[in-house]
Amino acid sequence: MPRHRNRGGSILLGIFAALVFFFLLLPLLVVFPISLSSAAYLQFPPPGFSWQWYQRYLDDPGWIEATIRSLQVAALCTVLAMGLGVPLAFFLNRSRLPGIRVLDRLTAAPIIVPTIILSIALYGVFARLQLIGEWYGVAIAHTILALPFVVILVGAGLRSFDAAQEQAAAGLGAAWPWIIWRVTLPQLRPSLVSAAFLSFVSSFDELVLAMFLSGASMTLPKKMFDNILMEIDPTIAAVSVLQILLVAVALGLTSLFGRGALTTTITR
Amino acid sequence: MSSPRAETPGANRRLMARRREAGLLLLGLPALLLLALVFAWPVLRLLSLSVEGGTLAHFEKAALDGLYVTVLLDSLRIAALVTAICLALAYPVAFWLSRAGRLGLALGMFALLLPFWTSVLVRTYAWMVLLGRNGIVNRMLRDAGWIEAPLPLLHNTTGVLIGMVHVLLPYMVLPIYAALLRVDPDLSRAAEGLGAPAWRSFLRVTFPLSLPGVSAGCALVFVLSLGFFITPALLGGGHVIMISMLIEQQVREFLEWPFAAALSTVLLLATLAIYALIGRLTRGARLATP
Amino acid sequence: MQLSVTGIIRRFGPVAALGGVDLDVAEGEFLTILGPSGSGKTTLLKAIAGFEIPDEGAVRLGGQDVTLAPPRSREVGMVFQNYALFPHMSVAQNIAFPLEMRRRPRAEVRERVAEALRLVELDSFGDRLPRQLSGGQQQRVALARAIVFNPRLLLLDEPFGALDRKLRESLQLEVRRLQRRLKLTTLFITHDQEEALIMSDRIAVMDKGRIQQIGLPGELYARPASRFVADFLGESNLLEGRARNGVAELAGFGAVPLPPAQPDGKVTLLLRPEALRIGASTAALPCRAEAVVLDTVFLGQSAKLRLQLDGGTEMLARLPLRPSDPPPPPEGSRVALGFAPEDLHVVPQG
Repeated sequence: MPRHRNRGGSILLGIFAALVFFFLLLPLLVVFPISLSSAAYLQFPPPGFSWQWYQRYLDDPGWIEATIRSLQVAALCTVLAMGLGVPLAFFLNRSRLPGIRVLDRLTAAPIIVPTIILSIALYGVFARLQLIGEWYGVAIAHTILALPFVVILVGAGLRSFDAAQEQAAAGLGAAWPWIIWRVTLPQLRPSLVSAAFLSFVSSFDELVLAMFLSGASMTLPKKMFDNILMEIDPTIAAVSVLQILLVAVALGLTSLFGRGALTTTITR
Repeated sequence: MSSPRAETPGANRRLMARRREAGLLLLGLPALLLLALVFAWPVLRLLSLSVEGGTLAHFEKAALDGLYVTVLLDSLRIAALVTAICLALAYPVAFWLSRAGRLGLALGMFALLLPFWTSVLVRTYAWMVLLGRNGIVNRMLRDAGWIEAPLPLLHNTTGVLIGMVHVLLPYMVLPIYAALLRVDPDLSRAAEGLGAPAWRSFLRVTFPLSLPGVSAGCALVFVLSLGFFITPALLGGGHVIMISMLIEQQVREFLEWPFAAALSTVLLLATLAIYALIGRLTRGARLATP
Repeated sequence: MQLSVTGIIRRFGPVAALGGVDLDVAEGEFLTILGPSGSGKTTLLKAIAGFEIPDEGAVRLGGQDVTLAPPRSREVGMVFQNYALFPHMSVAQNIAFPLEMRRRPRAEVRERVAEALRLVELDSFGDRLPRQLSGGQQQRVALARAIVFNPRLLLLDEPFGALDRKLRESLQLEVRRLQRRLKLTTLFITHDQEEALIMSDRIAVMDKGRIQQIGLPGELYARPASRFVADFLGESNLLEGRARNGVAELAGFGAVPLPPAQPDGKVTLLLRPEALRIGASTAALPCRAEAVVLDTVFLGQSAKLRLQLDGGTEMLARLPLRPSDPPPPPEGSRVALGFAPEDLHVVPQG
């Protein structure tokens, strides 16, 4: 009975996988109880329940400012990355210029070059242009990191799109802008939604570039970083929980409208 | 109809094709300009600082000074360890995912993607809470009576490894999972039908066909760990120095731009070399897969 | 509307995908372009639809030169190989698309979509998405979308390729009926000779970027103009021989009379398998030989026999079978065979 012989193996495999999933979720699970702790300092398990750390977060203008700034940065980064990246993906996929394949590869360079290198490179340039501390400067820098993902996702969508449909639309009487708007883009929606989500979240979470470029006007990750270095108090757990919830909601929405396109970024 | 008029239809076609290309180029141009101005130029400018004044002295310093060589080797060692641990954990998980039912897959992907999209900072913070001297892990082990003195889990290599593996594991699981999905399950069934026991059919059929995913995952994880910054900075507690932290220090504390540039060049070259190497290995393996 | 293609040449690098094609399709005619893959038939179709502009030559629709016109201004309806239905639009939205592009008033769009759906017998399917339909239904939606705006010309690019045999046959007849009823000038592309014979008013056989022969289906079948056409259209026995004084010497059969005015020299003769007769009935025929049956394939209403003449030549024969007929001769048996010389067709050399 070969089925039987495999049983033990597959149960062991299942247990192993469950342990790894537990390891992955553990840090996320830990911050929830800490954020609701009634203790005045870090203590686990928490002695009692309280909303005090959320209250403190909401009452501290520093945290709120940093949050709003990060949302601004992420929003601008998303708009820029999509506005520039989607047309770029069309160009890279549709053009028959010689060397277009090489150019396509080169646009992935910002993912390959370690962020620390880009950070100090931009630090040097932005300092000269007196852009350090300007929120839109951080957003532009984040756009550089987001662009390759947009190009990869939208490019994958374009490649799996049946070009005969554009011909069909043209034959049925549609002009080019209409074809793109009515036929091509609607079908790229999963890729577009995922690309936008990715741009937003990656910018919202980004720390290394922000550390160098945000100066005194901190983004949320920078504020958290400083907070961790100076005083580990559960406010940061509360912030973390809010951040996890934000990502979970965005992730849920994306998988609702993005149908699996997210995983393609990492799998190719 | 604004169609151009030339001698023959063929000449017209070439004219239209050129217009099309020009239009497409116009679409790509803004993004390419941004990449050139805010990425390519600053990075190249930085790298060129390393040989400012026509001297290789900064590279010499990086290659000969024992302190910097240690940091370089440490970075490579940690990156290699992280890659190995990730691979050992990720392959079984990816394999399990590739065989899982709908519910298992959904839960597994959730467990994989939620941490993946959670800020690295949040996760690092949680590990600090978990792994500290009086952290949750040590407390629980002590309460259970398994240890007497707290285990040193934080502010050392162990802590850094745990944190980095946690961040990078999904980068390993997903490519392997994708590669396993592309392996036709009929192949292993066929191998078993031909008389191979399950483990042999796995070793001879499924595993070799999943190698492109393995090498892609390894390349990604190794390269990302090599340039890691936040996690070692926070979980290493100053006892683990990686090359990216060294670069930051040179710029921020000592304003040693040329030396930081030299270190950056070394880091970039190492990164590219690994990509090239894995790329070559993968191409060999890809030939054997559909 | 009348379509006329003159001197179309399209080169891809050194290869000529179309090496000078002339074609006229009369108003309301159903013309099929039949050819193997790589024969250039798809490139020709693209040139007519406007997705490809040739190097030389002209495409005229109803006398108007549209060689350089963009597809959207040609008023040509096309059914694609994989239908190219828009998956994010409902069936009704798909069919309404060409009307919306022409800015028809909403009431008219609704009415014409309903009419088109009725025409392809999908009245109640308007709200479905294409992926909720079967292959045959999708194909009919594609057809409805291609004709709803009263195109000047209908192009069908191997539209039955993805369907199973039964469905294909019924759809072929349906499309043909519809085309006759609407009197649509139609150009149909296929590599399936049977399909071509079933559907067409005329067939143009294409190979190597040129039209090899164009004519009525029966004409092409009975009198192919080249070895290629003879081979491609139906099954054939091609017999080589030498003509002298109106008589050809054929291995196994001896002297065979040729049609009058046949010049001396090498000749290729076509004999369709159904013209080759077997057994006792051959006694009265002027051309006879003996052969061994290599194998027999039973096809229901007929049987196909592969035979070897004593000289070594292989031939195909097709025997019609009625239920009361005796079984066809078994493999290995010796049979007499023969044909009437008027069933022979001299295939032009070249």
